Amino acid sequence: MADDLFRLTVADAGDALTAGDISSVDLTRSVLDRIDAVDARTGAFLLVTADAALAQAEDADARRARGDAGPLLGIPLAIKDVLCTDGVATTCASRILEGFVPPYDATVVARLKDAGAVLVGKTNMDEFAMGSSNENSGYHPVRNPWDLSRVPGGSSGGSAAAVAADECLAALGSDTGGSVRQPAALCGCVGLKPTYGRVSRYGLVAFASSLDQVGPLTKSVHDAAVLLEATAGHDPRDATSLPEPVPDYAAELDGKVEGLRVGVAPEYFGEGIDAGVASAVEDAISILKANGAEIREITLPHTEYALPVYYVIAPSEASANLARYNGVKYGLSDPQADDVDEMMATVRAQGFGAEVKRRIMLGTFALSSGYYDAYYLRAQKVRTLIKQDFDTAFESVDVIAAPTSPTTAFDLGGRTADPLAMYRADVLTLPASLAGLPAISVPCGFVDGLPAGLQLIAPPLQEARLLRVADAYERLRPASPAPRQAVGA
Amino acid sequence: MIDREQVVHVAALARLALSEAEIDRMQADLQQILQAFEALNALDVSDVSPTAQVIPLATVERPDATEAPLSRDDVMRNAPRVERDQIRVPAVLPED
Repeated sequence: MADDLFRLTVADAGDALTAGDISSVDLTRSVLDRIDAVDARTGAFLLVTADAALAQAEDADARRARGDAGPLLGIPLAIKDVLCTDGVATTCASRILEGFVPPYDATVVARLKDAGAVLVGKTNMDEFAMGSSNENSGYHPVRNPWDLSRVPGGSSGGSAAAVAADECLAALGSDTGGSVRQPAALCGCVGLKPTYGRVSRYGLVAFASSLDQVGPLTKSVHDAAVLLEATAGHDPRDATSLPEPVPDYAAELDGKVEGLRVGVAPEYFGEGIDAGVASAVEDAISILKANGAEIREITLPHTEYALPVYYVIAPSEASANLARYNGVKYGLSDPQADDVDEMMATVRAQGFGAEVKRRIMLGTFALSSGYYDAYYLRAQKVRTLIKQDFDTAFESVDVIAAPTSPTTAFDLGGRTADPLAMYRADVLTLPASLAGLPAISVPCGFVDGLPAGLQLIAPPLQEARLLRVADAYERLRPASPAPRQAVGA
Repeated sequence: MIDREQVVHVAALARLALSEAEIDRMQADLQQILQAFEALNALDVSDVSPTAQVIPLATVERPDATEAPLSRDDVMRNAPRVERDQIRVPAVLPED
């Protein structure tokens, strides 16, 4: 076991730490060695903070010796580079933030540190979380651990690949239109997007403020429950964080689905959905049915509009949020410039990558005089219709089951020339984002050697129900022999 | 739907110094994307109110209490040009 500590789940590592079989320093060294061994191939990390991690591990072991306990005490985690970390560089995978060192921790990071977690580094991502393949990183792409010629998904592709390749026990990502769930599906791990407002966004670099949420990527549903509980809850520093109390999510995982009403919508199984993926998801739904769940056909008629609605609203919000990167207060600058407008335009042109520029342009256009009503306002109205579809559906079902991604992992470079083809990778995750609903992706087998994901969607703040169903499925899922990862043992 | 002149105008609004090649590429990309957005015009939304955010919170207030601020050094550490504890930028108003 000692050589393979990096393969443990959060739960199993916690048990071994509690039993005194291993120390956090042992566990952290094992994870750091694993990163040394495979990260040159996956590219999952932008920064590995080995010395700080070992110091945190020593602290965690000392806390435990003093009688401290907790499910994350001494557990090595990775943090998507979109979250501010006090004294540790935070780039959002953008050249415009190269060298930026935040003077404070994001609330979720502070909460993980308080819980005694060990932070091993910052994971790669699409620049400013804009992308579905991680190829928009301003530094280097991430490769899928199951097939290094394929993408890991995005934008939390680094976090997903790091979890899948055992370069951390679990990770945090962020999900604006699917950026936790879609890479989780493509890399074969669990990814949870909480209800909008459930988790504080303080210190999360803003992309689209009405959509952004922080969520965990983990090796099991139980671990996702543990990370959600540690990070969720009201934060006075985020006016959009909800005051509702946080349940003990892990305690509610009872493995039962009897009497559960599962909605299945034909709109999620239509054109563009790979037949192998659809079949894997249908098999998963059959397993729920065979164990007592009731399957009900529902309809979500405005699903097809989610893509244009999202790609008007998210770039519009982004164009305002990214106005702050102008070479004045931090990040890339031009100290020789003597004209302020020219300095801003030049710095932004140099610092932003092609997709970020495209979205800033798209958003600026949609908000500009003469186009606001036709694009932005109309998109906000259709957003209402998409939300109403879910409100109606949840009158008769408890959860909705669907594929997470229309396909398995696609080839690196396969979609980079066609922005719309890339945007379609999010088509099944966008509706829940626009409605602010909690949703999870759970691995549901392999299609031609690549992982597929089952997506479950629940009403607002019903994360406990979502996790209970996902965990039950995970226990019932047939133990199919997983193909060997490209990064191997 | 979007001509080259509009792309140049929007780039100026967005403070992006795009190259000639980038402007050409951007026009083609935006054209293709905006065309896909035409689908939204198929819906009658005259009686639908817009959704700006989805949470049941409005006008959140917090206690009017002070807390320890970040130190000046911490705040200024990332600034590209600092003089006498202030961030230096090029003139924002023309001299004449």
